[in-house]
Amino acid sequence: METREKKSKKEEIQTNITISGAEAVVKCLLAEGVDILYGYPGGAIMPVYDELYKYEDKLNHVLTRHEQGATHSAQGYARATGKVGVAMATSGPGATNLITGIADAQIDSTPMVCITGQVASHLLGSDAFQETDIVGISTPVTKWNYQITKASEIPEIFAKAFYIARSGRPGPVLIDITKDAQFEQFDFSYEKCTSVRSYKAVPELNIEAIKEAANLINEAKKPFIIWGQGIVLGEAEKEFESFIEKTGIPSASTLLGLSALPTKHPLHVGMVGMHGNYGPNKLTNECDLLIAIGMRFDDRVTGDLSRYAKQAKVIHFEIDPAEIDKNVKADVAVLGNAKETLKAIAPFVKENMHKDWLQKFRDYDAIEFDKVIKKDLYPTKEGLTMGEVIKEINNASEGKAIIVSDVGQHQMIACRYAEFSQTKSNITSGGLGTMGFALPAAIGAKMGAPDREVVAVIGDGGYQMTIQELGTILQTKAAVKIVVLNNEYLGMVRQWQQLFFDKRYASTEMTNPDFVAIAKGYHLKANRVTKREDLEKSIKEMIESEEAYFLEVCVEKEDNVFPMIATGSSVSEVRLS
Amino acid sequence: MSTKNTYTVSIYTENNVGLLNRISAIFQRRHINIESINSSKSEIKNVSRITILVKIPEDQMKKIIGQIEKQVEVIKAFYHSDEETIYQESCLFKLSSDLLIENDEIQMIINQSKSRVININKDFFVLEKSGSKEELEELYNILDKHGIMQFVRSGRIAITKEAMKISTMLD
Repeated sequence: METREKKSKKEEIQTNITISGAEAVVKCLLAEGVDILYGYPGGAIMPVYDELYKYEDKLNHVLTRHEQGATHSAQGYARATGKVGVAMATSGPGATNLITGIADAQIDSTPMVCITGQVASHLLGSDAFQETDIVGISTPVTKWNYQITKASEIPEIFAKAFYIARSGRPGPVLIDITKDAQFEQFDFSYEKCTSVRSYKAVPELNIEAIKEAANLINEAKKPFIIWGQGIVLGEAEKEFESFIEKTGIPSASTLLGLSALPTKHPLHVGMVGMHGNYGPNKLTNECDLLIAIGMRFDDRVTGDLSRYAKQAKVIHFEIDPAEIDKNVKADVAVLGNAKETLKAIAPFVKENMHKDWLQKFRDYDAIEFDKVIKKDLYPTKEGLTMGEVIKEINNASEGKAIIVSDVGQHQMIACRYAEFSQTKSNITSGGLGTMGFALPAAIGAKMGAPDREVVAVIGDGGYQMTIQELGTILQTKAAVKIVVLNNEYLGMVRQWQQLFFDKRYASTEMTNPDFVAIAKGYHLKANRVTKREDLEKSIKEMIESEEAYFLEVCVEKEDNVFPMIATGSSVSEVRLS
Repeated sequence: MSTKNTYTVSIYTENNVGLLNRISAIFQRRHINIESINSSKSEIKNVSRITILVKIPEDQMKKIIGQIEKQVEVIKAFYHSDEETIYQESCLFKLSSDLLIENDEIQMIINQSKSRVININKDFFVLEKSGSKEELEELYNILDKHGIMQFVRSGRIAITKEAMKISTMLD
């Protein structure tokens, strides 16, 4: 017995060898199954890069054109694969440039490990060249962070970092390594981390809460589900689908939950939130039971909280106990991973259909189609709409593409109209709303899912925030399809200026460069569409391209996104124009 | 708007660099002033105990406890009202030694306030007093008339009346 135990333990622990801290970093990454990372070299991280050079057949380092791009690429990779994304940078500005991506990953629960170089430990606190307190700076936006000053800490800290990043509610972890620790020689051995005593990744399943929730569900006449990214992160898509099919409950997605359930599923009633669908927003305030699964009642979902679903009982399925009662008070909280909790509740819920209730959603759909969707997808005016571009992408990719969207009007339109037939197909910056996210994220997504079509849908504003990543595409040949919807405005801000600031268009008009010429400068295939008759053909050509392709679509300048719930309004005040 | 109460927050943590920063950031982000903060060892080996005093509504307190417990290196966090704890603060006064010689009243104040002289030399002496914030304030007001050369007060430390089962969580 003892010998067997010893043997199994030995399999996990690599035999002791004397190596440098820098080489240990690479070995730790390999031990965690990392085969790709994104980064940018510099003084304080050079020993690690020197090792990456030696290990380049095993570990693919992608040189992005800015450290922010490295984090977003790592995020895109993580969101497309479910694995931990890895980004690396040097100290000082390299490290601070990671912050936006880290903050984005924190608020959108994306598993990511960031590695930064740091000045030698004897220089800490001396304002040395490129020294910055990155641990202090990143603390509020990381799930965990740590500064390594001795090589011997590397294996344990890396194992812990990957475990924390991927377990429970995932999130970003930052490891800062002083340069002397990278040079230091030590006896290396590696053991994967499976628990941290002060950290409970997943709360224990409470069967009483499950039964209580099942009772409410069985008794409800007008139950309504809002699901979020928790379904995707928990890989609970199958359990979720069978749960809603058994209970017959109309279900709507949050922005980040999209693609967890195929768009065409008969119980899929659309998206909730500020620019979500008419029915699910309106009927949130009519249902008698609101079942939230793996979502966090973001203010963009709830609108005015004091007028949000007050008539309904609330069941909250959630992995993070801190989310319970944070924004919306739950009558029953079901803590745990959605995959486990949905599996556990299945035997207690009765088979049901809510035909009349579901019909209400469809009735609202008809109104929304008439007032909004028809104009967006089948426009009769001359100018191109963003909606018809998304429709053509759906057609050409047969709804199989990963849609990576940036932030703004085009994002809302893409998420409203994209058709998803499989999970992990919607990658967007939700909580943080990071313009510039899409282009680098699409690169990471394509590398994580090379067999899938990856289409980045970006506005002319956000595109120019990380446009330098075209260089990464040129160098890596990542076959990303880029669609820039150019309205020569920062469209969403302009829309708010039109609606709430009497059309005072302060600093929202953009004088743009020749985007096609820029793409061609990076030796990418590139095209521009200005007329409706060229749209279908151009999108088809883009999708059919074997290599990266840039397509600029010049759309109507002052179109607005509707439906819309204005800030401070209730979900039932969702407006159609 | 719910009323603000005084709460003593007790946080059991791993003893790691930077954790205090992580915890104080939770309050700072919500624009909450920390009335006092104290970090020490606890009854469990290698486990630190952070005691924070805040004045906030209870519903906000509950949410903050959730955010604190969410931190990887926090083992457990509790909050208690004054009635649920036995608490103390400690303070030091630096006073001129001349007062001891020239002022009869000072000896009486020291005796009545149950404070202690912990250091004395020809220039100054140091008076120590432990108790509730009010008791400390009272002594401060009395001594203020005689001239205080230096004053410092510690953060609150508190023992709870109910058990806080930490050891079992670490098994």
